[in-house]
Amino acid sequence: MDMHVGKKKLGIKEKYAHMTRGLDWETSYQPMDKVFPQAKFEGIKIHDWDKWEDPFRLTMDSYWKYQAEKERKLYAVLDAFAQNNGHLGITDARYLNAIKLFLTGISPLEYVAHRGFAAAGRNFPGVGPRVACLMQSIDEVRHAQTQIHALSNYNKHYDGFHDFKHMLERVWYLSVPKSFFDDAFSAGPFEWMIAIGFSFEYVLTNLLFVPFMSGAAYNGDMATVTFGFSAQSDEARHMTLGLECIKFMLEQDPDNLPIVQKWIDKWAWRGIRVLTLVGMMMDYMLPKRVMSWKEAWEIYFEQNGGALFADLARYGIKVPECITQCTVDKEHISHQAWATFYQYGGAAAFHTWMPNDEEMDWLSAKYPNTFDKYYRARFTHWRDEAEKGNRFYTNTLPMLCQVCQIPMVFTEPDDPTKLCYRESDFEGEKYHTCSDGCKGIFDGEPEKYVQAWLPVHQIYQGNCFPEGTDPTAEGFDPLAKVLEWYHLEHGKDNLDFEGSRDQANFAAWRGMATKNT
Amino acid sequence: MQIDLRTVSIKPLRHTFDHIARRFGDKPASRYQEGTYDIQQTDIFHYRPMWEPELQLFDKRRTKVQMKDWYALKDPRQYYYGAWTIARARQQDAADSSFEMIEERGLAGIVPEAQRKLALDILVPMRHVEWGGNMGNSFISAYGYGTAITQPCLYHAMDHLAVAQYLTRIGLVLDGPDALDTAKDAWMNGAMWQPMRRHVENTLVLQDWFEIFVAQNLVLEGLSYPVFYDYLDSEFSANGATAISMMTRFMAEWATETSKWVDAQIKVAAAESPENKAMISDWVKQYRAPVVEALTPLIHHAFGNKADSVLDDMSAQFATRCTKLGLSV
Amino acid sequence: MSKVFIAFQLNEDTRPIIEAVLADNPHAEALESPAMVKIDAEGSLVIKRETIEELIGRKFDLQELQINLITISGHLDEDDDQFKLSWPN
Repeated sequence: MDMHVGKKKLGIKEKYAHMTRGLDWETSYQPMDKVFPQAKFEGIKIHDWDKWEDPFRLTMDSYWKYQAEKERKLYAVLDAFAQNNGHLGITDARYLNAIKLFLTGISPLEYVAHRGFAAAGRNFPGVGPRVACLMQSIDEVRHAQTQIHALSNYNKHYDGFHDFKHMLERVWYLSVPKSFFDDAFSAGPFEWMIAIGFSFEYVLTNLLFVPFMSGAAYNGDMATVTFGFSAQSDEARHMTLGLECIKFMLEQDPDNLPIVQKWIDKWAWRGIRVLTLVGMMMDYMLPKRVMSWKEAWEIYFEQNGGALFADLARYGIKVPECITQCTVDKEHISHQAWATFYQYGGAAAFHTWMPNDEEMDWLSAKYPNTFDKYYRARFTHWRDEAEKGNRFYTNTLPMLCQVCQIPMVFTEPDDPTKLCYRESDFEGEKYHTCSDGCKGIFDGEPEKYVQAWLPVHQIYQGNCFPEGTDPTAEGFDPLAKVLEWYHLEHGKDNLDFEGSRDQANFAAWRGMATKNT
Repeated sequence: MQIDLRTVSIKPLRHTFDHIARRFGDKPASRYQEGTYDIQQTDIFHYRPMWEPELQLFDKRRTKVQMKDWYALKDPRQYYYGAWTIARARQQDAADSSFEMIEERGLAGIVPEAQRKLALDILVPMRHVEWGGNMGNSFISAYGYGTAITQPCLYHAMDHLAVAQYLTRIGLVLDGPDALDTAKDAWMNGAMWQPMRRHVENTLVLQDWFEIFVAQNLVLEGLSYPVFYDYLDSEFSANGATAISMMTRFMAEWATETSKWVDAQIKVAAAESPENKAMISDWVKQYRAPVVEALTPLIHHAFGNKADSVLDDMSAQFATRCTKLGLSV
Repeated sequence: MSKVFIAFQLNEDTRPIIEAVLADNPHAEALESPAMVKIDAEGSLVIKRETIEELIGRKFDLQELQINLITISGHLDEDDDQFKLSWPN
């Protein structure tokens, strides 16, 4: 929008100020505390909301103009993809399992982000941050919907995509990302901003987005790659909002520093734990790999994050302590996670498999300190057994960490042959966590984390069977009933990629597209 | 490379997602359907909200209205993000054209002084009422239940922001930045605006999101928009102030479009049960009085000796609309 | 000194933008991949509207960068004439 007032053209900063500031007012018929009931309970002190700086100054009409252009381009590609059987362009059908994880584990949470930013967009007393949060809220519903639309075509042809929201609420590994967002949304608006706006959308976003989107590009998934690029400039706005939020809080009052530091420590660790799934995806689930998790961590956290924390040091912010452990963990967590999903493949809503020789050599080269020493032998053994017809599936259930809800498969930072267990007592009960990071989070807010709906505990308590199930009946098969309750189609959504319907169909359809007989 | 697959049938395994098929059968679904139905979580939550520990993160009990299926509140416009954004982009393009023409050719300068002042007195302070509309609808989109209703309320909130920004622009065109300060002062201190400001602030402390929907989207907008963007607009056009009409064209079209959406929600919610009908009707009656009280001085200021007939028409139209929606008001 | 960066989709619309950025920032380095260009610079990076307009032959609103932007690193300061990224420290 070009705007002239009299003869003088208004600059972007001035124009935006008129268009946003001054819209709100100090209420007098109702007290401000009642209009903004969540503004103070977290202990964050804000003295002057006008000091908020809007980094991207988009008025609504400009927003519509540029976003509409992006939407038109995106949907044109999605239509073409659907019309031309674009799904046959992927490298191989194992790739699909990465995007099954995406649709079930991430897309429904974009939706929660939308609701959380709507709440922040109502609850901050300052008009500047409210407008920015509301724009992020509509961006997030955009992401949820464009992801669903992009992946809709895959759902028509392949398994594992078909009931994503139902699965997100129930399936054991999906409680990892779900509890992350439940944790953030159950907090107040300031913690929400540090958790999601800053930690997730600024510090860690590249570790989620780049792997999935590059993975899509490298593996011929035009739908996802196009969505990814289209969403990226929204993400740039989100990053600047997150950074502005933390700067603003720290500049408003020195008393805010310890609260913000505590939140950064908590959310960096919670986010890193969720990213275990991404690390596993990058190293094991992409037929054409982009880079290793270790490399991604080094570029996007150690280098970029380094620049960020160097900048925040002037406010007194320190790099979270748990991060030191990540330098060790980066060489282990993807292997540990894949080993877990491989053996629990009977209960996962995507296929699993062991890497072939070429892939194992790639892993050896990318992880010279750890892969051959700790993981190759086990994986080779499993692969040999599978070839003999003894594909290994665990028949029992793992203990989950009370905080991150990942099975307790991580090892001690100084001894990769020893599983890492930590415990805490609270009101007469014992709780288990997977690491110092998660234990610290538990001990900081035990009354919150004891509420968690841990999928494995719930299964053992009998809460995960379809209505009317009789556990005392002859031949009762608890796992089968749990899968039914998950809406997980046994023999179609789960088990090894070898012999799966996805494998057979993809080969048949691609064969039809490239052969004459 | 052209791949001709006409002789080869790649039959899809399924036409849509299970949750859509459970509602509509296994057939191809629209983008609105796939982007809306059943994507809000409903059943299992890990932690109680610190800001409201008696309830869950998404909870039907945040309103007294009850629905067997909250997705019965379908948006007749079928707006998902893409459809809404593209529709609004077209509208903003037309609005921008009008504003640019008026600004570049100095057309505001030929608006008769009385009309210019009327627009400054009535339209510009409305930017604050619009901001209240943004806040109310943001609340609904945060705390409401079911994507079918929370999604369009967020779009409605952002539409209100856009309208507030167009009203701001009108002020800047007619009188520069001083117009905004004058309007703010009238809003905060002017006798004519106090009933409206008091009413808006009273709605900003409501906790029942459907109550906000009724108070803001049905009652306040249903009574005031015909006055400002229909009756008042005719006055501007008839008195040599077409430029002002041009600048409010977005609002006029938008008000008509959104009232159809609002109607559909109220009609379905009221038809669901006698309790809902009674609740919504009571809310209409409760909020109608202060809104009429708030609009009265503004209507007198704008329409002089035609004020009473405008007030009567406004009330009659609104009553007819509510009856059609199945309410008893 | 810390590096800032900006990444764009690589397409016909962004070619002149990238050219303008590199012309205005001699210390910057561009890294091209199949669909994306990442431009790194020590300390700060400035994108100037005027430079872009000269290259494309029409008026350009810096907010148009939204359409093809992928990601940024650094504090952002934007006005009508330039888009600046920097790390103050």
